[in-house]
Amino acid sequence: MRVDFLYFPGCPSHEEALERLHDALAQEHIRVEPVVYCIETEEEARQNRFLGSPTIRVNGVDIDPAFSEETSFRLTCRLYLREDGRPSPLPSITMIRNALKARHESEERR
Amino acid sequence: MSIVIGHDAYDFSLPGVDGKEHSLADFANAQAFVLVFWCNHCPYVRAYEERTIALAKEFAGQVAFAAINANDAEKYPEDSFEAMKQRAAEMGYPFPYLRDETQSVARAYGAGRTPEFFLFDNERELRYHGRLDDNHEHPELAQHAFLRDAIISLLNGELPHIAQTPPVGCSIKWK
Repeated sequence: MRVDFLYFPGCPSHEEALERLHDALAQEHIRVEPVVYCIETEEEARQNRFLGSPTIRVNGVDIDPAFSEETSFRLTCRLYLREDGRPSPLPSITMIRNALKARHESEERR
Repeated sequence: MSIVIGHDAYDFSLPGVDGKEHSLADFANAQAFVLVFWCNHCPYVRAYEERTIALAKEFAGQVAFAAINANDAEKYPEDSFEAMKQRAAEMGYPFPYLRDETQSVARAYGAGRTPEFFLFDNERELRYHGRLDDNHEHPELAQHAFLRDAIISLLNGELPHIAQTPPVGCSIKWK
């Protein structure tokens, strides 16, 4: 499994988000070190299909299914919706765990 | 670098989503004045939107609120004046929502984030600067309601116990 973590330093959510990602990996017993990318220019945002900070991909797939069709790549903070519908600058640990679990299960089926 | 505690509020003349031009004089009757740098697209603003509206309603008649959006709307079209009008209408903002197209007001105040709150007393001297509270994600778990506490202190004729906290939010999108 490959886990990518992309962030923009102008958005303060990345430290907490990375911590949350590590917690989610530990809770799912997945021993993978996320690959961390710092996105600093609009060009890098386009090249890396960066939808905003933080962006987490598991095997290249965004953890938030709501963003699968999104193509607005730029330097910005990213808006997530929590399970209770409230807006947040961070993905919930449940969202991260669900994405990890789904990819992990599909790998095991192969 | 933002203006320091005790600094006078800078005057401004900015168009609001209500179709009127607004300046400091519009808020002269209020005992205190909250100026917040704001925008449409930032998730931190979204997270604090309902709390800010609730605070403005709680202190209506005593404390005036105004929100200013200085973001570059060319790169961030969600922050265009038209989009601001829509957002204010959708959410029922109980305060003027102003467009700082030249970004000169944001620069004068030294604002760098959205949301970033500046609270002025009845002499329009800065008495609190920073964030609304200490939990952007879970309002019910916030331990310190910095802005609300500062407002109450001013209304009681006292200086806020905490005058400054680091604002937490998206960077203002400069041109």
